[in-house]
Order: sequence, then structure tokens, then C-alpha cells
Amino acid sequence: MTERTVLTQADITRALTRISHEILESNRGAENLVILGIPTRGVALAQRIAEIIRRIEPASAAVRVGSLDVTMYRDDLAHTRTRTPAPTQVPGSIDGATVVLVDDVLYSGRTIRAALDALGDHGRPRVVRLAVLVDRGHRELPIRADFVGKNLPTASHERINVHVTEVDGDEFVSIEGGAEE
Amino acid sequence: MRHLLSTKSLTRDEAITLLDIAEDMADVANREVKKLPTLRGKTVVNLFFEDSTRTRISFEAAAKRLSADVINFSAKGSSVSKGESLKDTAQTLAAMGADGVVIRHPASGAPQVLAGSGWIDAGIINAGDGTHEHPTQALLDAFTIRRRLHGTASRGRGLDGVTVTIVGDILHSRVARSNLWLLDTLGAQVTFIAPPTLVPADTSAWPATIGYDLDAAIDAGPDVVMMLRIQAERMNAAFFPNSREYSRRWGLDDERFARLSSHSIVMHPGPMNRGLEISSAAADSERSTVREQVANGVSVRMAALYLLLSGDREEH
Repeated sequence: MTERTVLTQADITRALTRISHEILESNRGAENLVILGIPTRGVALAQRIAEIIRRIEPASAAVRVGSLDVTMYRDDLAHTRTRTPAPTQVPGSIDGATVVLVDDVLYSGRTIRAALDALGDHGRPRVVRLAVLVDRGHRELPIRADFVGKNLPTASHERINVHVTEVDGDEFVSIEGGAEE
Repeated sequence: MRHLLSTKSLTRDEAITLLDIAEDMADVANREVKKLPTLRGKTVVNLFFEDSTRTRISFEAAAKRLSADVINFSAKGSSVSKGESLKDTAQTLAAMGADGVVIRHPASGAPQVLAGSGWIDAGIINAGDGTHEHPTQALLDAFTIRRRLHGTASRGRGLDGVTVTIVGDILHSRVARSNLWLLDTLGAQVTFIAPPTLVPADTSAWPATIGYDLDAAIDAGPDVVMMLRIQAERMNAAFFPNSREYSRRWGLDDERFARLSSHSIVMHPGPMNRGLEISSAAADSERSTVREQVANGVSVRMAALYLLLSGDREEH
């Protein structure tokens, strides 16, 4: 199996910085912004985006950040091993807010479908946006990301590994199992 | 997890995972929509051969919060009172497509029989069997203790070094047994205090200290004092002269409550006999967790139902 690094730590930082700027641009500031990461690695990425936004616009009201676990809303619960849920922390009310969901990899879109259902049980945001570090294609649902760190066209037999410092101790994005002739 | 029959068979990791999931379930109660779609399309049967309102409605609330359909079956006025066997009842429920069965039965071991029989392929939760076990009660007690001690930092923790004194009818109490095994697994130290007539003949296999003097136990300043209900329905012999004498020697009255160390919490699985095993002052105080236990019961049972009924049951 070959493993090829496609994003280094510096690349990831640059991508998150750009995504943060794009979020601020599309939202016209940090007003009413709630960044929610999807466990596990999306939470770390959401924290970082919130930090960068605070750095870019220190004058604006503190951007709210939290986590949204989607385990209980998955459509494949009956078909796999029992999954262990992760904590959900939604900071305050999301009614009327701009919610940005953050995940590491966008693949089938099913996680995001579950996240939208979960979000609906917490309140009614004005808009919901999606930010992902890697979009690897192969969507099974009509879902797309608004902010993308890197588009990585992949074959479905390939694996994308995302490591972030907070969870794994090191940081990179790699593709595994390519070049299968 | 295929079934939840006892706490004795739970490993530490399994127990902590269940308590952690219960933390997530507790958060659901604070949301705008207090319901999860997780067990949509699953059917949970509450099969109660013994009267119990609290446990049954707690399981019912838990199953409904997870969007499962609930069927309540109580032995009174049912086919059981016409002489139907457990086997036929189980096969009837299987034919109706039950995915989970919550069973309470006066005979110790009835849930094990149901789980191992092949009569029904549902996940079985023991909701109290005879004088054997009542695992979800012990889990909710452990959950309550953990939350009181660690608050929001509870996730992933056991109860290492916590001292728990359980007072009352140890002989008949399935709550005491389930708590003993679970608390021991989680690292707590258990002391039983009871009249000598209400202690089993041989307790040498139990990881617990047995005592008869409540005053000495109170003065030892345990982290938790758990008062058990005197179960009038099981008092089929002269275990103690009368209830006043029991209350005087083994009841948590106002005087003993006042002497209790200020960090100790007071627990009771309910329903309480006020004035017998616990005084109103103790039951209604800040240090009492009686109502928390009821709320936590729903969260813990949601976690148990989730672990048993989600996931591919073929793979187990």
C-alpha cells in the first residue's frame, strides 16, 4: 500500500485561514456566527477556524464555537457495529444564527445529512453552511460544501487519512491505496 | 452489547462507556426537541410480571425519547394470569416483532432464561429479577454519584476510592447486589449495614464489608449513604420486631442525618417509606439525590436501549 501526503501541516493552516476569510466574507463579518464541528476531527478544525476568525476581526463579537454529534441521526445504525456517540455542545441558541458546520472529509454526504437533522432539533438557524478540509467526491446525496480546503479527486477504493494535532499528535492529509491497476 | 442482564458481567470499560453515553442522553433533555430518531421503527416491550410504576415509566420514557414504539405488558389481567408460560409469552412477543424486551420478574434468573432460550431474538434488559439483580438501577446510581462528584468532567471516569454505605434489607435487595458488583468494578468501596437477620448467610464471595451498626458507619463519613426500601411485600418472616425498632436502629433519622459528614450524599432508589428508613428532612435536603436519580434513570436507560438495539444484531 502506498501512502502519499497531499497536505502538510502548513498547507492545512493555510487552507483553514483561507476558509476563515471566506466565512467572514460571505457572512459580512462575525455577527451571529456559530461554528459547529462534527466529532471527532471536525471539532478541532472548528476550534481553529473560530480562533483565526477572532484574530482577523478582534473587534467583532466573540464567535461561538461548539460540537454537534450526529451518531444518533445516522441512517446506517442498523447496519454496522454499535457506534459510541461523542458529546454535543451547542453554545447558546442557534435560532436565527448563521451556522457553519465543519468536518474533515466530505465523502458520501450522509454525515452532513445526519448533521442537518441533528441541527433541526436544536433550533432554526437562518442559514447553514458547510466547511470541509477535504472534498473527495463520490457524493450519494445532493449535498455540497460552501468552503473547501482542497478538492481531492479519489477512487472509492482509496483511503483519505486526516490527522490533526489535537487528536492524533501530528498533522497531515494523505491518500492511501492508490495506483491499483 | 447483546443483553443487559446483570452488572456482575459488565467490564469496567463497558460500564464507563454506558455511563458516558448516558451523559450524552442527559443533554437531550435540555434541548428544544427532546427526542432522538435513533430507534425509529424498533419495538420495545415492557414485560412486567411484578408491579412497578417507576421503573416501567422510566423505561417507557427512555424508549420514547429514542423514537421506539413501546408496548406495555403487565401480568395482571393478561394471559399470564390465565396460566400462560414464560415461553409462550416470549414467543408471542417474538411473533409481534419485538426488538427489545424489558423484563421484571419475581423469579431470579427469568431474564437469563429468556435471553438464552432461543424463544425470542430480542435484546433483553433485566429490570429486576427476584432477589438477583436490577442492573439499570445500579447504573443510574453510579451515574448519579459520578455527576455529584465530578460534574461536567464526569466522562471517562470511574468511581475509584469512593466509599459507599448501603443500609437496609441486603438479604432481599437486588438493588444492593447490582450496586455491589458495579461499584466494585468501578473502583468504589462498598459497606453493607443491615440487621443481622437481613444479611445473607454466606457473604464471603462479596467484595464488601458487612456491618450491623449504622451509627458507626455514619461516623466513618462515607461519600455516599444509600438507604434501601424496606419491602413490605418481602417481609414474610419476623426479620425485625417492628418498624419503629427498625427505624430507631437502621433508619436515617434527623439526628443521624445531622451527624452525617457534610460532603456525604444521601441516595434512595425509591419509592421511599418516609419516617421508616429515611426521614423527610434527609429525603428533601440538598444532599439527597432522590429526584436526580429519577431523572438520571431515564438517561441511563436510554443509553442501555441504544447499546442493545442499535447496530447490527447479526454480528454479535
